[in-house]
Amino acid sequence: MERIPILHMGEFLLVTIQVDMYDKLATALQDDVCQRIAETKARGVLIDISALDTVDSYIARVMGNIAQMSRVLDADTVLVGMRPTVAITLVEMGVALPGIRTALNAERGMALLSAARSGEDSDASGEE
Amino acid sequence: MATEVKTKIPEVLEKQEAGILTDWMKEQVAATTVRPDLLKEGDLREQSGRFLQLLRVSARANDLMHIQGPNWAPLREMLDDLSRSRAIQGFTSSETATFVLSFKQPLFTRLRQSHDDLDGLAEDLWRATALLDKLGLYTTEAFIKSREDIIGRQAKEMFELSTPVVELWQGILGLPIIGTLDSKRTQLVMETLLERIAQTQAQFAIIDITGVPTVDTQTAQNLLKTVNATRLMGAECIISGVRPQIAQTMVHLGVNLAGVITKSTLAGALAVAFKQRALAVKPISPPSGNG
Amino acid sequence: MKSETLPIREEKDLLLVRQTVRKWADELGFAILNQTKLVTAASELARNALIHGGGGTVRLETLLVRERRGLRLTFEDEGPGIADIEQALTDGFTTSRGLGLGFGGARRLVNEFEVHSRPGEGARVVVTQWV
Repeated sequence: MERIPILHMGEFLLVTIQVDMYDKLATALQDDVCQRIAETKARGVLIDISALDTVDSYIARVMGNIAQMSRVLDADTVLVGMRPTVAITLVEMGVALPGIRTALNAERGMALLSAARSGEDSDASGEE
Repeated sequence: MATEVKTKIPEVLEKQEAGILTDWMKEQVAATTVRPDLLKEGDLREQSGRFLQLLRVSARANDLMHIQGPNWAPLREMLDDLSRSRAIQGFTSSETATFVLSFKQPLFTRLRQSHDDLDGLAEDLWRATALLDKLGLYTTEAFIKSREDIIGRQAKEMFELSTPVVELWQGILGLPIIGTLDSKRTQLVMETLLERIAQTQAQFAIIDITGVPTVDTQTAQNLLKTVNATRLMGAECIISGVRPQIAQTMVHLGVNLAGVITKSTLAGALAVAFKQRALAVKPISPPSGNG
Repeated sequence: MKSETLPIREEKDLLLVRQTVRKWADELGFAILNQTKLVTAASELARNALIHGGGGTVRLETLLVRERRGLRLTFEDEGPGIADIEQALTDGFTTSRGLGLGFGGARRLVNEFEVHSRPGEGARVVVTQWV
């Protein structure tokens, strides 16, 4: 079965979602992220959704789950690359992404994660 | 309505088409409504000829009353096109309707020549009047619709021009909102702003509401939506131009702007953005003596 | 004008529903944001039909009314039906019981939204989006 690849970069994990997600794939991803955090002792997870042209409440829930599980394992989660049309649609629906920070791109996302780790006051976008 | 007396209109149109066209052109060119500045005589002749031809063909079916029927479709389409082009060219609705109404005189003249009994003539004059009045009204309505479409298009263009996003500084966008922020405008604001943020990867968007006259619950919620969408993407939103009355209104309305930075002036908002970007503005040389 | 019915029997069917709605909307000339809203709404409603309705179908129809082009989606399932439609629409995302998730949100994304359902009689949701 196909699985979404997870890259390990230093203290962080990088997940790039480029396919339409369905239940088995989403569950596998959640499991894999937890496992990799434990294995690598990663302090942060960066999820790149710049390839997604649609994000519904299910995907939002999956993101939320990943963030919650990561938090339990003492890692931060940042969501990057949300497209304008996706952001507007989520807001119109009334979907929130609790517990996940967002950044415009991977570079800023990494900066956010690093800053969070070093305990400094984060100056970019706040929690949703 | 005496249907026993047969109409001679189709016959007259068939047999005397050329003559009627000549008379009609004379009539139109002499009228004050002709507008040679907008339409060349050659084009007018061509349009008149086409009208006459389509009228002749439609009249063959002998149903001169029901112009909404399928027989009359080609003529109606021609009048739709004519009205649209007249509207675009700048004719008035009367000038346009006159095209059809001026056809009465040449037709009446020929009808008078064709009938040898007064009853038959009276019937046909009545039928012709009714028919051309209907076509004239149809033309006027088509003209009005075209005008409305044109105005609608212009309004749309103006609407789109009315939310300009400017780059105040690298990574700091500004969006002054002038006028009311209804849901339609909010859609446009959100789309425009977020697209620019994606394009420029700007970290800050300052939305200035100095030009928004009143802030009711709907407006406040629309603003909140915009702020939320910006933050979801990963950028930060600051609202500036918040007057004391607006602040009071929002509190009264119970609008929750928790976590949203609001400033009374654009300058104040810019200062906040600079600070968060760790930027400072300093004089170039110390102010001393006479430079 | 064209129409097509797609099955909603398992998760993977949801992918096809999304792809097909996106494709049809694009062909009709919908702006990207409008497309995204419709596809997202379709995703929510299809998932509802699957999870809460026990499976069903969605019928896609292109429309042309007074020179306006549109796309109509009719979701039907044979599930337990909706006891309280009003409540289902206002549940939003805060509850996980019943039909809350996505249902009310979907309504806000489309131009026209109709629900026909009675307990024990399944549900039919018809949404329409205009270009």
